[in-house]
Amino acid sequence: MSVEEGVFYAIAALTVMGGMGVVFARNVVYSALFLILALLAVAGIFLLLSAEFLALVQVLVYGGAVTILVIFALMLTRVQDTPTALDSPQKPFAFLAAAGVLAISILAAVGTTWPGQTEKINAIPLRDFGDALFRTWALPFEVASLVLVVALVGAIVLAREEDGE
Amino acid sequence: MIPMQHFLVLSGILFSLGVYGVLARRSAVLILMAVELMLQAVSINFIAFAVYLAPDAFVGLIFAVFVITVAAAEVGLLLAIVLRIFRNRATANVDEVDTMRW
Repeated sequence: MSVEEGVFYAIAALTVMGGMGVVFARNVVYSALFLILALLAVAGIFLLLSAEFLALVQVLVYGGAVTILVIFALMLTRVQDTPTALDSPQKPFAFLAAAGVLAISILAAVGTTWPGQTEKINAIPLRDFGDALFRTWALPFEVASLVLVVALVGAIVLAREEDGE
Repeated sequence: MIPMQHFLVLSGILFSLGVYGVLARRSAVLILMAVELMLQAVSINFIAFAVYLAPDAFVGLIFAVFVITVAAAEVGLLLAIVLRIFRNRATANVDEVDTMRW
């Protein structure tokens, strides 16, 4: 086993551990902390895929902003006096559905004959990436920023305290 | 080198954990966390396809940027909606918000 594979398996184990922590933890705050672990481990996976820029964006956007928002949401929606069950009664069906999705995706990943080579990572230079993002994909990029503005303005309007409430 | 299938299997595991979380959890915030896991799995797939199969076009890399953008917008909106529901009904559990259920 090469060093690269060892690193991959270590980071993949961290990712899966974080993911399992998110969905199985008995405490919502532990769930949020496991989510941070999973997101940072995914940033490591991006690095292994030689997508350094996306790894940095991942740490900034997910590791920073998204987890803080999630923890805020947890804090603001806490019901202190009546602890209720975290999992709904449809848990067995959820388990079945997840197992089905897992089986199908692994079979598809292993069984498909992919067009092109699947052995070697071709690092994409950051300069080419930026070129493509701001030339070929400039319009979708601007639309995405518009989506972000509209969504966040909508969030402010929704969450604001109104008079007479 | 690591074969691409390794990344695809990892992303499959992450996605099915997300599916389980979305279906089994009751709190809207915990469901959102599981959705984040699923989005991460999708991003891993996109980037893996871009760097292994189509390094000349690398559309998958571009798409991962949009996935991250839309996920950020979604988290902000969901936080606002959950706060609003919590203020009106004093709960954030999705199975207790059933006024419109037939």
